[in-house]
Amino acid sequence: MVLVNEDGIRIDGRRIDEKRPIKIEAGVLKNADGSCYLEIGKNKVLCAVYGPRECKPRHLQDPTKAVVQVKYNMEAYSVTDRKRPGTDRRSVEISKLIAEALENVVQTELYPRASIDVYIEILQANAGTRCAGLTAASVALADAGIPMRDLVPAIACGKADGNVLLDLNKEEDNYGQADVPLAIVPSTDEIVLLQMDGNMTRAELDHGLDMAFAAAHEVYEVQRDALKRRYTEMSKKEGDSDE
Amino acid sequence: MITFKSDKMEKRSARRTREIVIPGDVLGNADEYKAGENAYELDGKIRANVIGTKTYTNDAVGVTVMGGFYMPVTGDTVIGIINDVGPSNWMLDINAPYPAPLHVSEVPWKVEFGDTSRFLTVGDVVLLKILMVDESKKIQVTMKDSGLRKIEGGQLVEISYSKISRVIGKSGSMIQMLKNMTDCRIFVGQNGRIWIDGDGENVDVAAEAIRIIERESRSANLTDRVREFIEKRLPQSEEDEEEDSE
Repeated sequence: MVLVNEDGIRIDGRRIDEKRPIKIEAGVLKNADGSCYLEIGKNKVLCAVYGPRECKPRHLQDPTKAVVQVKYNMEAYSVTDRKRPGTDRRSVEISKLIAEALENVVQTELYPRASIDVYIEILQANAGTRCAGLTAASVALADAGIPMRDLVPAIACGKADGNVLLDLNKEEDNYGQADVPLAIVPSTDEIVLLQMDGNMTRAELDHGLDMAFAAAHEVYEVQRDALKRRYTEMSKKEGDSDE
Repeated sequence: MITFKSDKMEKRSARRTREIVIPGDVLGNADEYKAGENAYELDGKIRANVIGTKTYTNDAVGVTVMGGFYMPVTGDTVIGIINDVGPSNWMLDINAPYPAPLHVSEVPWKVEFGDTSRFLTVGDVVLLKILMVDESKKIQVTMKDSGLRKIEGGQLVEISYSKISRVIGKSGSMIQMLKNMTDCRIFVGQNGRIWIDGDGENVDVAAEAIRIIERESRSANLTDRVREFIEKRLPQSEEDEEEDSE
């Protein structure tokens, strides 16, 4: 399988340092405190945030700070073969990763004993859903009015057909050599999530991360834009409504 | 109508545009300003914590929140709904991230141990005062103050707590007008719940007026527009200045 041709064009027509088109919309769910719908390439993610509210399994309560509880869930119809519904090892891992990444930015110390619940539903998956989920979750948190230091954009880099690529799609992820998801805090360039599945040399990793950092900042702009759009819309509505 | 609209447009453009900021946005330099409400300092820059509008207060720059949760503050009067009844206390939902227990010693009645449900039961609505909020956000509420009681009849309207200040208006101008024009008894809780009691249609008009205030909270001349709305719905034939006692 040729994933990257001799011109450096990938099977979906992208260049090696090009990310998939991304679309974010904030505030899509009426009953959630904050919500977000995100599309990156063929990935479709819906995220809802509730809280801060009383921490529900009581034993998870922390008297010094709020806990961030994330539930990452893939719909049965999100992949070509039907996915067996419910939690599995993979979704538990991703939920934990995303929760820990978000705890780095959310000011949990303001709400002791409370919990902030994040539900991420993957409606359609095409590689890179943990990045998409985290990107959507941070927008939904901001939409919920939860105090946080910054947003968290996430994007993956990797290697396929011997080329270092940005934002792998499903084929590149399945038949490639490595997948490296990355999430950062844009204001400080801190890394809040970094994994590597596969093999890359040090030089390749450095190059991949450079690309991913630059792309994450671009994702951040899209996130900001989505939130600004939502709130200018709201204030416009407030100003214009004439009975 | 058209003249009214253009008039309004002028007023709005004359006001300073409110800048919407997002968590992490730079609000200003730390050597110029201090970090105000919902802002923090990082590497010599003041940054926003929450989504909202940028606001300057004296030498600080901060963010006025839009939405978010009500955080109880000692001394606030709120409206609570009873969730659960214990042998010596009631649990109340006050629209905050935390439940608020009301102990039997904080009610105006003499309650025998285990006799709590005879006085207040699940679903009852009460006017409360926040007695204390401690460091770990444990809340204590009281009903032992003038005007605090169980609510019977009327309507409960729930709006975002950040809009409460607009419902009250400058030194109570808006709420006073609502009370006078609709002839309703209105009680505003700091947690975004408003209780209205009055005759027939008046209550509905008052509730709708409050919804308008919530929706258009940031437009200019809100008091006049709300007055116009009420006048249209309730022709004020006998313009008697009836002062309502709260």
